[in-house]
Amino acid sequence: MLNSGISVLVEGINLQRLLAGLFVTARIALISIVIGSVLGIMLGLIRTSKSKVVRFICRFYLEVFRIIPILVWMFIVYFGVTNMFNIHLSGELVALIIFSLWGAAEMSDIVRGAIESLPKHQIESGRALGLSFWGLYRYILIPQAIRRLLPGAINLSTRMVKTTSLVVMIGVIDVVKVGQQIIERSILKTPTASFWIYGLIFILYFIVCYPLAKLSKILETKWES
Amino acid sequence: MNINWGFIVSSLPLYEKAAWLTLKLALWGISASLIIGLVCSVVLYYRIKVLERLVRAYIELSRNTPLLIQLFFLYYGFTKIGITMSENTCAIIGLAFLGGSYMAEAFRGGLESVSKAQIESGLSIGLSNMQMIRYVILPQAFSVSIPPLGANCIFLLKETSIVGAIAIPDLMQVTQDLIGIYYQTFEALFMLVVAYMILLLPVSVALTWLERKVRYAEFGN
Repeated sequence: MLNSGISVLVEGINLQRLLAGLFVTARIALISIVIGSVLGIMLGLIRTSKSKVVRFICRFYLEVFRIIPILVWMFIVYFGVTNMFNIHLSGELVALIIFSLWGAAEMSDIVRGAIESLPKHQIESGRALGLSFWGLYRYILIPQAIRRLLPGAINLSTRMVKTTSLVVMIGVIDVVKVGQQIIERSILKTPTASFWIYGLIFILYFIVCYPLAKLSKILETKWES
Repeated sequence: MNINWGFIVSSLPLYEKAAWLTLKLALWGISASLIIGLVCSVVLYYRIKVLERLVRAYIELSRNTPLLIQLFFLYYGFTKIGITMSENTCAIIGLAFLGGSYMAEAFRGGLESVSKAQIESGLSIGLSNMQMIRYVILPQAFSVSIPPLGANCIFLLKETSIVGAIAIPDLMQVTQDLIGIYYQTFEALFMLVVAYMILLLPVSVALTWLERKVRYAEFGN
C-alpha cells in the first residue's frame, strides 16, 4: 500500500506544483529576511542610543512581537486591520509585513547585543587615534560587530523560514497549501498521499534550514576566539 | 469604533475553555520535552556511543523543521501507516518532539559550562559520583540552563497557537470560528490577544524573577 503511494509525488505535474508552492514560500522568506535585516540593523543602532525614551520604545516594540505569537499577529492584520480600515490585503502581503516587522524586532536585539558586547576600549582607542564618528563605525565597530551578529542573524533566518509554514493559515497558496490540494485531489486513488506529501514537505524544509543552521554553527565556532 | 461589549462577555466562556486547553497542551508538551531534553543532554554529555548519533540526528531534524509540518505529518500522515492518534495526543507529541531538542541544547549548555577544575576539585576532596552530581554539577549547570529553559517554555507556549491547524478548538480556532460566524472581527481578535497576554505575561515575569534568583549559584564569572 505504502510503496504504491510514493508515486503521487511525481504523478502529472504534482512535483512542479509543489516546487512552485515552495517558490512562493521562499519568496516570502527571502523578501522579509532582507527587509527585516535592513530595518533591524537600523533599529539596533538606534537602540544603542543614550536616550532612555528611545530605548524604551524600541524595547517595547521588540517585546510586543515576542509576547504575542506570530500566527496571532498575522490574524490581527489579515482579519482585524483589513476589517477596521475596510481595505483588502492579500495573504502574501500580510505575511510579508508581519515577517518583516518581526524580523526587524528580533534583528535589532541581535545587533544591539553585538554592538554592546564590544569592549569599550575599542571605541576609546579609536577615538584616541582621532577617528571620526563614521570612521569609528566603518573601521572598528562594524567589522567586529558583524562577526558577533552573523551567527545569530543566520539562526533568525532559519526561524523565519520555518515560520513561513504558517502562511497557509491566512490563505496563501504556499507549498503546504499545494500539498493539501494534491492530497485532496488524489485521496481516492492514493489514500496514502498525505503521508508522502507531508513527508516531502518536511524534508524540503529540512533541506533549506539544515545548511543554514550548520553554517551558523561553523561561523560561531570559527569566530569565537 | 463601536465595540460590542456584550459579545465579548458572551464569548468569554468559549475563550476560557480554549485557554485552559492551550495551557493544558502546553504543560504536557513542556513536561515531556523537559524529560526528552534531559535524557538527550545526558546522552550527549557522557558521549554514549550509538545513542549519541541518534540524538544528534533527532536534534537536527526537530530543530530544522516547522512545527506545523511536524503536526500535519503526525496527524494526517501517520494515520495512513496505521498509527492513528487523537488530535490532543498529536499536539502533545508534536510539541514534545519540537521542544525536546531545544531543551536538550539548554541542558547541554549548562552541563558543559561546569568547568573541569570543578569536577577535579570535587574528586580530590573525595566526593562520590552522586555527591558530585548533587552538589557540584547540578547546581551550577542549572543556574546556566535556567534562562534558556525559560525562554523555551515561552517559545513552546507560543507555538501551541499552531495546534488549531489540526482541528483542536484552541484560542486560534475559537477566534477564527467567531469571526466566521458572527463577523465580530475586532472583538474576537481583542479577546485572542488578551488571552495570550494572560497566559504569557505571568510566565515571562516569573521567569525573569527566577533568573535573578538562581544567579547566586554561578561561580567564577
